[in-house]
Amino acid sequence: MVIHARFAAIKGIKPHEWLIRFVAGGAVCVIAGLIANAYGPQLGGLFLAFPAIFPAGASLVEAHEKQHKARIGRDGTKRGRQIAALDAFGAAMGCGGLIAFGLVFWLWSPHTSAALVLLLATLVWLTVAVGLWLLRKPLFHKPRHVSQRPRRRR
Amino acid sequence: MSHEITEALARFLIGGTIVSFFAVLAEMFRPKSFAGLFGAAPSIALATLAITIRERGKSYAAIETHFMIYGGIAFCCYAIAACWILRRYQPGALKAALALLPIWFSVSFALWSVAR
Repeated sequence: MVIHARFAAIKGIKPHEWLIRFVAGGAVCVIAGLIANAYGPQLGGLFLAFPAIFPAGASLVEAHEKQHKARIGRDGTKRGRQIAALDAFGAAMGCGGLIAFGLVFWLWSPHTSAALVLLLATLVWLTVAVGLWLLRKPLFHKPRHVSQRPRRRR
Repeated sequence: MSHEITEALARFLIGGTIVSFFAVLAEMFRPKSFAGLFGAAPSIALATLAITIRERGKSYAAIETHFMIYGGIAFCCYAIAACWILRRYQPGALKAALALLPIWFSVSFALWSVAR
């Protein structure tokens, strides 16, 4: 399966969809900071991996697929939800990268500069996430069982 | 007090911008399973860690990222559950994503209580 980027897709994002993502992201960052101030960095740290945009993202993916199918006169409800499931599968693999990001920053931040460790952790996130996605078939897909029944003679 | 408000405002603006940037990447890329990777991007971490390092130092940020790992494990459990529920029962995506958030809270708090 080939990865491709559609720049035209940016034009399709409506102002309220931008706003939902901006506010959700900003609010979670503020909440994470407030929790860290009130209860310490251990509890605040958990919220650095809070699924902030996943609910909004999954619902928008579903809505866009529905609209796409409606344009050709079809009901895209079922397809939209299948696509949202694929989005969630991708997010589950992306979590591998997220965990690697935290691990790299935690282990290497005492030994190097803050800017360098942030850059390094981001590169490791990208490598692990994309690597897991490329390996998804051998890792997660079950092989199909070939039927053992003898073929019927014609 | 005004310093706290300025910090919160900076977190909100930087967080909103970085999260929106990753949301755009998720919108652009196909196939959708690949785009989903950006749904679990370290957007909140990138937005807040720079401010945390400036305000409280690297060792404080390192503790946060240590516990971020447990949050990431909880996110993985949450995303797997969301994928399974959406494929198996096909509810509305927003309804499923919000209804399953207690999975993130329970797994992350359970790991936090063990590790702290």
